[in-house]
Amino acid sequence: MTLSTSRRNFLKMSGGVLGASSLPLLKIMPVQAANKDVIVAVTGQTINSLDLHRKGTNRASYQVAVNCYDRLVSFGTKEVPGAGLSYDYSKIEPELAESWTISEDGLKLTFKLKPNAKFWDGTKVTAHDVKWSFDRAVSVGGFPSVQMKAGGLVKPEQFEAIDDETFVITLAQASKLTLPDLAVPVPFVINSKVAKAHATENDPWATEFLHKTPAGSGAFKVAKWMPGEQLVYERNDDWVGGPLPAAKRVIVREVPSPATRRALIEKGNVQLSFNIPNKDAKELADKVDVYSTPIENCMHCVGLNYTFEPFQDPNVRKAVAYAIPYEEIFQTAAYGRGAPLWGGPEKIDSIQWPRKSPYFTDLDKAKELMAQSGFASGFSVPFSISLGLSDWMEPTALLIQENLAKIGITTEIEKIPGANWRTAALVEKKLPLHLENFGGWLNTPDYYFFWAYKKGHLFNSSNYMNPEIETLVDETLHMPMDDPKYAPNIMRMFEIAFEDLPRIPLWQPALNVAANGAKDYEFWFHRQLDVRPLKGT
Amino acid sequence: MSPRLRAILMRLVQAIPVVIGVVVISFLLTRALPGDPAVYFAGAAADEASIAQIRESMGLDKPLPQQFLNYVIDLVQGDFGQSISSGQPVIDDLTNRLPASLELTLTALILSCAIAIPLGVMAAKKPGSLSDQLCRILVTAGVSLPTFFTGIALVYIFYYLLEIAPSPLGRLDFAFIEPDSVTGFYLIDAALAGDWETWFAAFKQLILPAVTLALFTLAPIARMTRASMLSALSSDFIRTARAAGLNESRVTYGYAFRNALLPVVTTLGMVFSFSLGANVLVEKVFAWPGIGSYAVEALVVSDYAAVQGFVLSMALLFVTLNLVIDLTYSLIDPRIGFDSK
Amino acid sequence: MTVTHENSVSANAQKSGALSHTLYVLKGNPVTLLAFLMLGFFILSALMGEHLAPYDPLASNADRVLQPPSLDHWFGTDPLGRDVFSRVITATRLDLFIAVSAVALSFVIGSLLGCVAGYWGGKLDIILSRTLDTIMAFPIFVLAMGIVAALGNTVENIVYATAIINVPFYARLVRAEVNIRRNAGFVHAAKLSGNSDLRVLALHIYPNTLPPMMVQVSLNLGWAILNAAGLSFIGLGVRPPTPEWGIMVAEGANFIVSGEWWLAVFPGLWLMLAVFTFNLLGDGLRDIVDPRQRS
Repeated sequence: MTLSTSRRNFLKMSGGVLGASSLPLLKIMPVQAANKDVIVAVTGQTINSLDLHRKGTNRASYQVAVNCYDRLVSFGTKEVPGAGLSYDYSKIEPELAESWTISEDGLKLTFKLKPNAKFWDGTKVTAHDVKWSFDRAVSVGGFPSVQMKAGGLVKPEQFEAIDDETFVITLAQASKLTLPDLAVPVPFVINSKVAKAHATENDPWATEFLHKTPAGSGAFKVAKWMPGEQLVYERNDDWVGGPLPAAKRVIVREVPSPATRRALIEKGNVQLSFNIPNKDAKELADKVDVYSTPIENCMHCVGLNYTFEPFQDPNVRKAVAYAIPYEEIFQTAAYGRGAPLWGGPEKIDSIQWPRKSPYFTDLDKAKELMAQSGFASGFSVPFSISLGLSDWMEPTALLIQENLAKIGITTEIEKIPGANWRTAALVEKKLPLHLENFGGWLNTPDYYFFWAYKKGHLFNSSNYMNPEIETLVDETLHMPMDDPKYAPNIMRMFEIAFEDLPRIPLWQPALNVAANGAKDYEFWFHRQLDVRPLKGT
Repeated sequence: MSPRLRAILMRLVQAIPVVIGVVVISFLLTRALPGDPAVYFAGAAADEASIAQIRESMGLDKPLPQQFLNYVIDLVQGDFGQSISSGQPVIDDLTNRLPASLELTLTALILSCAIAIPLGVMAAKKPGSLSDQLCRILVTAGVSLPTFFTGIALVYIFYYLLEIAPSPLGRLDFAFIEPDSVTGFYLIDAALAGDWETWFAAFKQLILPAVTLALFTLAPIARMTRASMLSALSSDFIRTARAAGLNESRVTYGYAFRNALLPVVTTLGMVFSFSLGANVLVEKVFAWPGIGSYAVEALVVSDYAAVQGFVLSMALLFVTLNLVIDLTYSLIDPRIGFDSK
Repeated sequence: MTVTHENSVSANAQKSGALSHTLYVLKGNPVTLLAFLMLGFFILSALMGEHLAPYDPLASNADRVLQPPSLDHWFGTDPLGRDVFSRVITATRLDLFIAVSAVALSFVIGSLLGCVAGYWGGKLDIILSRTLDTIMAFPIFVLAMGIVAALGNTVENIVYATAIINVPFYARLVRAEVNIRRNAGFVHAAKLSGNSDLRVLALHIYPNTLPPMMVQVSLNLGWAILNAAGLSFIGLGVRPPTPEWGIMVAEGANFIVSGEWWLAVFPGLWLMLAVFTFNLLGDGLRDIVDPRQRS
């Protein structure tokens, strides 16, 4: 359904869901009416498109790709102690594909589609639809193509529909990342017949049409979308991608004010509040169900830019690392949510990432290191943070600023608005001292290092370059994790990273979700709300 | 051509340079915004090539004068461009959101007038009295409160503590379905459809934000009413009317008030423009889907088309409003009334 | 107030000048007197600032975060353990600075433009008037937002933005006042006695615009503070950790629902009192400079 759903249509559509008899009741008791079949979730973010592949689609919109479309494969589910359910990176499960085989050399992946998979319009999901959708993902450019590339998927020639139910991917290089990359939100399968009918010469991939009108086979259809206000999901009863969702209807409301969101969930007016502030997570924990899942392969860190002269001095970098008041930051900025990343052992003993750095708060040691450096008399440097992320960046920066002053480094905090932040921090990489929070979708250390430690790569906001890291990342990126060379190489990478310190780890952030009347929330690496497993209580 | 029509046409002609000025300024302003929208919208992990591709598709690779020319050409054809942050054509966004802002602002103004004008008249009748002082303190306190603070405080008290206000979630609780769009004003649309439950629900959502905004606009209206009533009451024709033995209420409401209304209406125009701006903050607090909150979001992400469209529509609104005020002038000013034509 | 009072006022004024008139009006108007007292208080805290504050407004204290108001911390502490009272008091200087400099700037620019447009008129007048119309066609707050977003959020830019959006008000006021006087008898007299245009404008015409301007200034000061606070609320304010009322309210607002009301309430109260003071002052000044309005 589209934006312009009229009242009458909407009533008709909702007839089966709410039941004609429950409607008058609903009007009298608007809030309590949200029964088990209907789940209302609030979020502070705006969904700006229903098509992830389209240019300008923001992160919040990825949830539509997750909930309304299917991929060939998905990840399994596991239980995280104390944090509810989470996706399981180690387990790949079928979604649209019934089964798959990988050739001996790892270069050819053959997928068999579920024969009963149907799009919402009742037509069969075929390998040709998969081919068209994959072609689209690698051709539209921008983020989708970049993400496809991470799995070695770069051009349409790699994809082939053998018959209606057989789909083949050919790779140039075998990689452990290919199969997981098929389970991220990007390679979703679109109803190509519908899309092609709306494609134009200027818009061969029908981005304008799919932007407002999804055409998929996923667990939920979009019943209504009012940008900036709400998105209403309605269950697709014919879904074959997984167990049928319990909720018939899920309403995602956009509420910009965090205080309002807190009041709503606390009072039970809504069943789920997605991505709540750390402070609320801590304080609401004994009133409602709060899930705080440490985000895999993600850390909040201080970036020291190698182009800034004082930070070229290793003693200065280490002095900064010893000056940071980690525990205070973790308590005041993160309210103890997430996992500490300081005070770890000197010796690297595993390939776990993110991991504790060997640094801890020791101002005397920091002063000593400053005295040994070429900048014993101190220096001043701007400390940049993003306006959009100021909820954690500001208290963190303030506390670091205070301690840096004690070792002779004076800083001035500079808040950069969202549009400029990415340009300044990641593209131009011109911020001498800043905070950074990259998290990798694919959960391997080499993937994190690929983005954040390799020269010129986007999230290497410190302009860091170390020839040994370059080779180590290239070697390990596609290497299977059980290769005997893998673990030693990764541990060597960690060693260099902690010695060179272009990024000083602070803590591993948590994604906090509060539920009051809903259960079985599941954490996903893409950090968007997957409404499929939710159940009303 | 009647002199009145000519006067209206003159006003319209005068508005043209203003509109041109607004187009130029809004274009320059957006281009001066920091950051590169192409980078921002290319997404989290985009590379150089895809950024360049997006820049090209947005027309941002061309020199500024050409960008401006393209913008004007599109404008003339009624194309406001596409907002990148909301993903919709700007014109759609504005037509969806403008009624929300207008409904809020107008309700607040009506509320404000209903309180402020009687207050002002009362104060003017006994200047210096206790009630005058009280009224002054009251309205001044109202205008001294930051709207976002008032809004949050009201939500906290009436929704969170007392639980008598509905959840501050936009224009309508999610259990209701918005009325068929005729004017875009939920109150009017619901009334037209005869759906009084929805009307009441929309009304309930409107109370707190409208009160927040009204508090802020009390002062200018009350002050202007007081001042103009004072000068009207002290003018010669009132003295004459009194001397002629007309009764006090007739003097106050029939003569003085009618004359005092003129500057009040002018002030209303100013206040309206002012509160549309103040709306930005109120809308943010109450999750009100108006154009104010839209503009803030667009500004922060350097969404050129959206900011330009917003500013332009505001300016047009302002120009129209001034025209309406000028016409209202002639309606209530006895000297240029219709019958004296 | 009656006509006889009015007469005695002018008689007094002739004798002992403006001061006694002012005192007289103040006596009859306790609210204005109160406003003057509060102004004194704010000026004092702006000047003394850190000497009045019991704690360092920037020093964090991890052991005392989010403490409710107590004898130690009158206004409580914030999430970083900083003393809210000290921050509120030291913020006075910055907030008054923003307001005063922005208003002073728009006063000067507005006066110049208004004089030129009002005195010489003609094409210059038309161009200036249309330019001002254009600025006024923007919703004022949104224009300020745009300017700060474009120039970057520093104190100076907040001052410039606030000044720019206020210029049209002053310019129009001065233009109108100058315009109605440029052909007045006293102006002709001054010209005939050999004064240059500039001299006549500066010494004979312009001073007449000052009384209404003072009223505008006072009202605008309060307004400028609100404007800066609003900018802070949407994230375009001064840089942390500098204390500023608007930012404190904006940040504190998120804590109200979780029960830490003091973070927003006290700075909000201070902000309100400051704006309140300037607004009352504006009203009071109007009474002093324009007795007719009081009947």
